Amino acid sequence: MGKHVVVIGGGVAGLEVAGQLSKVGIQVSLIEKDSKTGGNLNKWYKLFPDRRKSSEVKEYLNGITANDGINLMTNTSIEMFNRHRDHFSIITSGGRELIADAIIVATGFDLFKSARKEEYGYGIYDNVITSADLEEMFSRGEISLINNTIPEKIGIIHCVGSRDEKVGNFYCSKLCCVTAVKQAIEIREFLPESKVFCFYMDMRMGGVFYEELYREAQEQWGVSFIRGKVSEVSETIDNQLLIKVEDTLAGRPLKMKFDLLVLMAGMEMSEGGRKIAGIGGLRTGENRFFAANDNHFGSNISNIEGVFYAGTCTAPMNITETISHARAAVIEVIDYLKDSN
Amino acid sequence: MDKFGFTISEGRQIDYESNDRRIAEYIFDREPSFRLCIECGGCSATCTTGNFTDFSLRELNILIKRGENEQVREKLKKCMLCGKCNLVCPRGVNTRNIVVLAKKAFQKSDEYAI
Repeated sequence: MGKHVVVIGGGVAGLEVAGQLSKVGIQVSLIEKDSKTGGNLNKWYKLFPDRRKSSEVKEYLNGITANDGINLMTNTSIEMFNRHRDHFSIITSGGRELIADAIIVATGFDLFKSARKEEYGYGIYDNVITSADLEEMFSRGEISLINNTIPEKIGIIHCVGSRDEKVGNFYCSKLCCVTAVKQAIEIREFLPESKVFCFYMDMRMGGVFYEELYREAQEQWGVSFIRGKVSEVSETIDNQLLIKVEDTLAGRPLKMKFDLLVLMAGMEMSEGGRKIAGIGGLRTGENRFFAANDNHFGSNISNIEGVFYAGTCTAPMNITETISHARAAVIEVIDYLKDSN
Repeated sequence: MDKFGFTISEGRQIDYESNDRRIAEYIFDREPSFRLCIECGGCSATCTTGNFTDFSLRELNILIKRGENEQVREKLKKCMLCGKCNLVCPRGVNTRNIVVLAKKAFQKSDEYAI
């Protein structure tokens, strides 16, 4: 008998899961709350570490939805799901009931809402933007200030909403450092006359080709890296942004002025994920992401039999890791469905 | 005694905009590897001078980049140019040349002449 799996979330992980399941002949209902698939990838213009256009990756992922056996349901969310003896009953926002043999949760992440770090002035000062806002500027092909002038001096603030107990996120989002390096290079490429400064606590360049990109930023693009957590931002009378930071390597407080500040927003458990955790009784960790059954062998396995996780709903991950995690989830599901026969 | 024994402390804050960073620019132009420093401190750890005095090449690099030239001028005098720092640098920075260039830059500038 044909098996049916409901995949919640049509971002990178959900799409990859759906594609792999359809390849082995499993029926998939792919539930996406937005009007289109792609998730957070839609916000990005180019990707680290090779600055490949995100449209290439999106093209591959969105193409998956045309596969046989995938029923894509956009503008749809999950209102309720219950586990019965050998299947799940899932009620969608449209009131429809889906019967599934297994569920894969791929609800992804939300970017940290930078306005919560009020001291950085996002939403207060016009020329304080986030990493996602900058990607939008790259997509539009123009980096300009609110008064349409071109910024000359740009500051990038790392760890906004990450490694910060004041906002309840003690974990490292791990991708913002390399995003900062990538964006610093892109700014310099885009505005050759500009000067770019990154303010970091640690440079966490733990991915393939990250360190190389960091080196390139220093060597070829002259990006400056200053170690210290920015404590506050204020606006000067001439609409520049004055930051206060300790230059921890000089051991002295430092003040500096910028035309534009870019906040490297961290990753948080998505609102959609929190809702699913609530209605399904799925266990979450201290970091609010879904808690894996076993950190080494069960990162796709939840506390409810037949419910699996894929991607950044369990932890911050880059796209490469998300794809791998999604494929691993598919193996777990196939294994589970085989046993449930 | 006109101040009744009171003094006003000078600020410790680095004022990036008002500092003169020409020395740094001079070195960047001539020794591009200066940009590659990640402030690991390997140079300072191996430094013979640093083991006997408060000289630190890592700190010196930062002070040059920030334009804290008064301090740089004093600290530069301690380096013996042995080049051990060059051997340990994980990023291939030509550390010894930074000191040489800094000395040259100061000599070119009357204001900061050593």
